[in-house]
Amino acid sequence: MSDKGMNLTLKIWRQKDAQSQGKMETYQIADISEHMSFLEMLDVLNEQLISEGQEPVAFDHDCREGICGMCSLYINGEAHGPDRGVTTCQLHMRMFNDGDTIYIEPFRAKAFPVVKDLVVDRSAFDRIQHSGGFVSVNTSGNTQDANALPIPKDDADKAFDAATCIGCGACVATCKNASAMLYVSAKVSQFALLPQGKVEAKDRVMNMVKQMDLEGFGNCTNTGACEVECPKGISLDNIARMNREYLKAAIDK
Amino acid sequence: MSVVSEDTFNSTSHFMGTNAVVQFVLQPILAFGVIFHLSMGIYLDTQNNKARSVKYAMNKPGTNSSWMSRNMKITGIMILLFLGLHFYDFWIPELNTKYIVGDMSGLNEHGGMRYFEELQHKFADPIWVILYVLSFVFLALHLLHGFQSAFQSVGFRHTKYTPIIQKLGNIYAIVVPLGFMFIAIFHYVSQL
Repeated sequence: MSDKGMNLTLKIWRQKDAQSQGKMETYQIADISEHMSFLEMLDVLNEQLISEGQEPVAFDHDCREGICGMCSLYINGEAHGPDRGVTTCQLHMRMFNDGDTIYIEPFRAKAFPVVKDLVVDRSAFDRIQHSGGFVSVNTSGNTQDANALPIPKDDADKAFDAATCIGCGACVATCKNASAMLYVSAKVSQFALLPQGKVEAKDRVMNMVKQMDLEGFGNCTNTGACEVECPKGISLDNIARMNREYLKAAIDK
Repeated sequence: MSVVSEDTFNSTSHFMGTNAVVQFVLQPILAFGVIFHLSMGIYLDTQNNKARSVKYAMNKPGTNSSWMSRNMKITGIMILLFLGLHFYDFWIPELNTKYIVGDMSGLNEHGGMRYFEELQHKFADPIWVILYVLSFVFLALHLLHGFQSAFQSVGFRHTKYTPIIQKLGNIYAIVVPLGFMFIAIFHYVSQL
């Protein structure tokens, strides 16, 4: 690989605060190494903006290793950019070419209002989680050892796969309807598959779907875009499972 | 049936058009299904449009989903337009003949069965043939996503059976509309 720096044109959404009208602004950036991560490239841009006396671009980030789910950029028309199975912080500049124009936008959804520039408020996900994404466990000192409960390996694996969802919101950002079905279904599935989660299964799915609708997310039309763009590869199987859980609960209620 | 035997087509059409179960049980169920499907589609689409008020400056949906899955509204509207034309051109005149004029005989003015003759007359017009074929192209596109999507929506998804459903859905979505297109083209060509 060559170490020759790339010259790029960046078109970035700038918005002063939640109340202001935002717009796309154009920036030139030079000598970007292909070994940099995408967020490091934005760090370089921000240093450049600060040295020029301009306001740096606000963007969400935390662990920068694909675990926390904070980074949330829509890059060149795709959630987390053109690579697959990665978050924005894991995206490298080698995915781009010298002279490219890169569009950088916040995750767009009515339920994810822009806070500033590329930062969006994803607390809608927290409220959905609070409405049912938990198991009530007695912690009085008589807690049963988890290993005492026999769980089929296949179910344990599926529950674990669902639990790898980091709640970044790429599914919502990429869905043409801004639907949160993949996220909610992963959170429903990780409990629905395990014996500990079965006790509250009906209330959980009803409450989480109700909260999802209250937050203003759109409906799932099964395009499958969410599964493709999900950095953790959360499967559409989870949406089907949630639909089954919901139907069962709705009939029983 | 019309491409195989004129008589069988006539007798089947007469049966379908005059049988009480077909007319007053199956037809209303079908109509209710269409109206429910359409109403739900409009309701959900209205919600979906509200869910993202600011659009992306750059968006590449083609990288993660099929054209058919993203454009069910367009293909659905085209099918609805065809349905409107079909009602205007066939269903309403049929209702008029049978239930307003009161002619349940299925006969034309010469005393023969009228159904095959009407079909031939319809497909003698190339404009109608093109409209008919185009409508079924849209139906095929609608079904290519819709068939397997319906199973997912009711939660039926299985490692072993879903690939079979998807293949069957693709075959159904292509073979059935192709059959209808063939009828129109066959009758047009047979009259050249």
